[in-house]
Amino acid sequence: MSDRFPLDLTVNGQRYQVEVPVYHTLLDFLRDDLGLTGTKECCVVGECGACTVIVDGRTVNSCLMLAVEADGCEVITVEGLAVDGKPNALQRAFLEHGSAQCGFCIPGQLMSAQALLMENPHPKAEDVHEALAGNLCRCAGYEQITEAVLAAAEEVAP
Amino acid sequence: MQAFQYARPESVAEALAILAAHGPGARILAGGTDLVIGMRNGEIRPTVVIDLKRIAELSAALQVEDGHLRLGATTVMRQVERSPEVLRYFPALAEAAGWVGSVQIRNRATIVGNICNASPAADTAPPLLVYGAVVLTASPSGERRLPIDDLFVRSGVTTLQPGELVTGIDLPLPVKPMGSAYTRLTRRRGTDLASITLCVGVDEAGVTRLSYGSVGPRPVLVVDETGTLADPQAPDAAKAPILEEMLAGASPSPRSMRAGPEYRLAMLRVLGRRALQTAIERLAKGMAR
Repeated sequence: MSDRFPLDLTVNGQRYQVEVPVYHTLLDFLRDDLGLTGTKECCVVGECGACTVIVDGRTVNSCLMLAVEADGCEVITVEGLAVDGKPNALQRAFLEHGSAQCGFCIPGQLMSAQALLMENPHPKAEDVHEALAGNLCRCAGYEQITEAVLAAAEEVAP
Repeated sequence: MQAFQYARPESVAEALAILAAHGPGARILAGGTDLVIGMRNGEIRPTVVIDLKRIAELSAALQVEDGHLRLGATTVMRQVERSPEVLRYFPALAEAAGWVGSVQIRNRATIVGNICNASPAADTAPPLLVYGAVVLTASPSGERRLPIDDLFVRSGVTTLQPGELVTGIDLPLPVKPMGSAYTRLTRRRGTDLASITLCVGVDEAGVTRLSYGSVGPRPVLVVDETGTLADPQAPDAAKAPILEEMLAGASPSPRSMRAGPEYRLAMLRVLGRRALQTAIERLAKGMAR
């Protein structure tokens, strides 16, 4: 037992073996230690979804997860979505549908949408609403976000 | 967040030893969706955080054995919501688990954590009460099987003893065909707490089990054995006074920001009638065996 703990995990395909203070959240680790600032800190109580990342295929609020809990896990952040340095189908659909207004919630929205499409390649609008219910958009761009997710699903798995 | 020690035991015995060694300074970490918030805002200052997620015996979950379905201490809401066994035998519990927070929260939050925090608004408490769940615990002095109705005291307070760890929940498989339904009053879908939680189960013998929460210090369980409530032919006028008596245990706080007490009491009756009707219809259709 210690207040530092060895962490061995994969983030966006890259393996890291580091020691982290046990009182740092996964969000702290991603932003401050790895410099992956695409993942946002906002409400820090698990209500807004701005810090959403995918851990072992499932979305989590990275503000509510200690970094040490991700030991042995595979983490994907918004920085890991691009393919060969170019936006993936989902990101392109967000751009094409004007889904991003101020843009602050968009990394989290993308991660929830990505996890949905990984699990359900043919979602209905109600599936999108349910999957993204934990991602708040104060610009209220929900219509465009839902349209983009449905369009990306169509493109990737017609 | 304040510093603490992090322990990741691999057995229940090891976890109990750490709990015993640290006393009240120890906190259990399963999903962390309440604990991490409490630690960040300084309300909870543990000396040691005991992470249960590497204890294999606590994740052996959602298996039917010896006439019951067992949920483990690290079983998350998303598993409960989607388990074929839960959907088949305990559909109202799947409904309740599916109401909790958001997908992100349900991927982390555990059902055992939900009951151990003893929030009056805990979504899974009413269905667990209706289905007669038994809470399994371990401590240095042995194991206990505690009927869930004996667990809740008030918000944040349970009858668990210092050093006692909840290892799982057993749900007895319904002996008689049963219809059940969960419903909830909330301001928005996703990441909102319930203003009312309510679950009804009716069985073939005419017994109605009703449980409701978020309208008092702890979730309430009441049972009607007259057969009137469960009777599809009984007129509303006959059911109303029985339901009224069963809902008398509600005493909503005037201080909650989510809904005023008058509104909660009025809606409690509406939700009670609706869920009863749904449960009766499901029993007739043969849902849940």
